[in-house]
Amino acid sequence: MAHAGETHPVLTAHGAGLIGCARCGRVAGHEAHICPRCGSVLADLRRDSVQKVIAWLFAGLICYIPANLYPMLETTFLGTTLKSTILGGVIDLIHHEAYFVAVVVFVASILIPSAKFALIGYLAWSIRYRVRLSEHRRTQLYEFVEFIGRWSMVDVFVVAILTALVNLGFVAGFNPGTAAFFFALSVAFTMVSALCLDPKLLWDPMRNDRDTHD
Amino acid sequence: MTADPHPPLEASRGNPAPPALSSRAGTAEERMACDVCDALQHVHDVRPGERLKCLRCGNVLLIHEGHAADTVMAGALAMVILLVSSVFLPFLQISASGLRSSASILDTALAFSTGVTAPLTLAVFMLIVVLPVARATLLLYTLLPLRLALPAFPLAKRAFRLASELRPWCMAEVFIIGVAVALVKIGAMATVSFGPAFWELTLILVIVIAESGNSGDKTLWRMLEKRIPS
Ligand SMILES: [Zn+2]
Ligand SMILES: [Zn+2]
Repeated sequence: MAHAGETHPVLTAHGAGLIGCARCGRVAGHEAHICPRCGSVLADLRRDSVQKVIAWLFAGLICYIPANLYPMLETTFLGTTLKSTILGGVIDLIHHEAYFVAVVVFVASILIPSAKFALIGYLAWSIRYRVRLSEHRRTQLYEFVEFIGRWSMVDVFVVAILTALVNLGFVAGFNPGTAAFFFALSVAFTMVSALCLDPKLLWDPMRNDRDTHD
Repeated sequence: MTADPHPPLEASRGNPAPPALSSRAGTAEERMACDVCDALQHVHDVRPGERLKCLRCGNVLLIHEGHAADTVMAGALAMVILLVSSVFLPFLQISASGLRSSASILDTALAFSTGVTAPLTLAVFMLIVVLPVARATLLLYTLLPLRLALPAFPLAKRAFRLASELRPWCMAEVFIIGVAVALVKIGAMATVSFGPAFWELTLILVIVIAESGNSGDKTLWRMLEKRIPS
């Protein structure tokens, strides 16, 4: 197994007065604004990263409120229309003893979005208040948040698929509710929030300070 | 650290005057900062099957260049073929009480076309079809000429950057999970059968999962810098 040639103590690019690109790993002089390899804006310019993370997270949280209050799906069955919110849909499924689907919908639409809000919020807070606690664990959390973000779009797709597929006139049909729009917006905003979070700040929260005095 | 006994692979093949590693990388011993933890470390070209990992956090820094390019191009080519061919084909068909209906990806996007949810029609079509196909096309545009030892196409680096920025917004594989959930939800009230697009979408899910373990982006960026004079 190949390995890179640095041993303890760890010298970071920032500690060496350089900037390491967060996208491609290229090392550039501290005066560089744009990565010479991939053209990304370099990390030291991203010191307002935490504010952006919080702003987008807040926008996502705001949209998540109507997403839960308005109906997500309108079900027509033999002439009667039933409007159900996200949580209402889960409760209906439990009443019909469809426990497995209830769990799937609950995880995708309620558990994952809530966990995302909590985790991004915690990570942003941990940078700002310098929680010097297990960078490895927090990096794993960050990768987890990045990974699950897009998957909560599942419920929006389910609503669209049911509407397109079940179109049996009077017998049965589905229609999307207003909540689908707000839910999709909420997912998009939280994704942008997670993308604004510079994972390097989890390892070296102090760089935030030093940069402001540069 | 020992010198790499193998010459740099594919990286300089077919390039009439490959620039020395040092000319762009600063020093003879090229250094790289970990994209996760910022640790500064020496790196070198990687042999097939090897992975160069960050000593501080274990994040994979570099893999073999040819392998990275081939995996990405194979996935991109499959993505374009599978997605474009499945847009109009049904993925599920149902029948209940003598009535039948079916849905394709296009039908699904159009499901939102009335009322407040109208903007979602475009968004859904972008997330499921347009952005994944655009991303795959950009990747092929950047990597194919380099792999064939031809000069790079114009704006290749910009195309590659756009492709990596599009990644989180490509949701073709999330869609197939939605299909599975919908399938379970209506399984009790109607007879459901699979259309051809269902299997194509399942293949896409397999490709995306296989690709997520391959962290070749930094490797490919390093290769692009060596091969394309800025
Ligand atoms: Zn870069
Ligand atoms: Zn690292």
